[in-house]
Amino acid sequence: MSVPRTDSAWTASDTQLERTAWRRRRARRRTLVSAVSTAAVIGVLVTLVLTSPGWERVQETYFDWDQATASLPAVLRGFWVTVRVFLIAEALILVVALVVAIIRVLPLPGLAPLKLLAVVYTDVSRGTPTLLVVYLIGFGLPALELQGIPNDPFWLAVIALTFSYGGYVSEVFRAGITSVHPSQWAGGRSLGLSYGQTLRLVVVPQGIRRVLPPLVNDFASLQKDTALIAVLGVAEAFQRAQIEQLREFNYTPLVVAAVGYILLTVPFARLTDHLALRLARRDQGAA
Amino acid sequence: MTLLRAERVRKHFGEHQVLTGVDLAVEAGQVVCLIGSSGSGKSTLLRCLNLLETLDDGTVWFDGRDISDPRVDADEVRRDIGMVFQAYNLFPHLSVLDNITLAPRRLRGRSRAAAQAYAHEQLARFGLADKAGAHPDSLSGGQQQRVAIVQAMAMSPRVLLLDEVTSALDPELVGEVLDTVRALVDEGLTVVMATHEMTFARDVADRVAYLHEGTVLEEGSPAAVLGDPSHERTRAFLSRFLRG
Repeated sequence: MSVPRTDSAWTASDTQLERTAWRRRRARRRTLVSAVSTAAVIGVLVTLVLTSPGWERVQETYFDWDQATASLPAVLRGFWVTVRVFLIAEALILVVALVVAIIRVLPLPGLAPLKLLAVVYTDVSRGTPTLLVVYLIGFGLPALELQGIPNDPFWLAVIALTFSYGGYVSEVFRAGITSVHPSQWAGGRSLGLSYGQTLRLVVVPQGIRRVLPPLVNDFASLQKDTALIAVLGVAEAFQRAQIEQLREFNYTPLVVAAVGYILLTVPFARLTDHLALRLARRDQGAA
Repeated sequence: MTLLRAERVRKHFGEHQVLTGVDLAVEAGQVVCLIGSSGSGKSTLLRCLNLLETLDDGTVWFDGRDISDPRVDADEVRRDIGMVFQAYNLFPHLSVLDNITLAPRRLRGRSRAAAQAYAHEQLARFGLADKAGAHPDSLSGGQQQRVAIVQAMAMSPRVLLLDEVTSALDPELVGEVLDTVRALVDEGLTVVMATHEMTFARDVADRVAYLHEGTVLEEGSPAAVLGDPSHERTRAFLSRFLRG
């Protein structure tokens, strides 16, 4: 075991100083190249759009400042609904997906019927377009006139999104859980933990950690797909923007909504980057 | 002729000064064994020789050329410097044959037929003829390491760096890997190897270098360094080692 040694006596050699200076010059050159190329590409794109023959009409119908400010309060009210649907659905999806994933992973023979159900559920939910699911659940469930099934479009929307995304997310969880090395199972069981305890305390935590980036990615996708529930008449952001758009036959409110969705998604993108980076660093640190 | 030379090579990781000015010269056709406790800098030195680590200071000369200069194309240099690690050398998604032929075909422009002919010949030579189609996971640790050596040699490197290639193996598998190394040495290959196999070092090495706290503390013939070390530290290391 050697302890860290600092070496104050060391000063860089001339060769090293020259190399460092060259590396610094190279770094500056690279920064310059990337800045110039970025500016050039953006410049060309902006010029292309601004000099296009139809730009003036597009500007009037899509980028009207007065229309934007007028529609903003209504669209914002819509986003409040969007965010609520999203947060509730997300929590439910996590629970459904984890349960489905664990059912599919557990090697218990008694679970066979549940397992079959879980497989069918994943196949159906992943295979059906989300828009179709929203229609079928939104109008089909209440038509059954069963006791206890909500009639409120808001909750029907939450159920539809949960159904549709639970399948995706359960597969992400399952991939994470099965990627945990078998010796972790042996490690847990050899300490005397039961099968369930090993799963809950050892395997699942590791599996989830590993799939955090794709998980966050799915939620960014869900956040956009909340727009689909507009077909049920839920007054979320897209629905509000559409109403505003029809008032004056100007598309600017839709652009306002688009910007809103982007602003909601960007934090997810950064969070994914951050998580991926942290995982990569940790893996490197272990080597 | 000096083929590979480290000159006052320094490397730190965070607060830890791993190499504090290493000098080491490797003559063409020689076998140099690096010994020392874990943490003494053997692996880091080998990684610096292969440009896998960027030096903090100092120079690595390969065939008279300063390859530690940042303007040097490291990929091109590494084609001529083979390296085998403790474990995980082979690509798990490729068969043994594809593992061996990947680099020569991509980087040396060898035809598929020529690369495969070489691979089959070498596999047969080292008793692995029936493993060409197998995937690395189905091989024993010793077989994996032997394939890894064949993989490195398929690029016809001018020097082979071995970083404790037997340390992760069951004792009974160590021999077959060392025999492979010995066969290549007998053909005149230049080798630098970090190892804990003192008997092998005594038999095969032309020179042994004892690393301690990031410098070469003692260097010379195996008989001198292993048999009659002049430094107290080397003596302590060896006695600790031989006692096991």
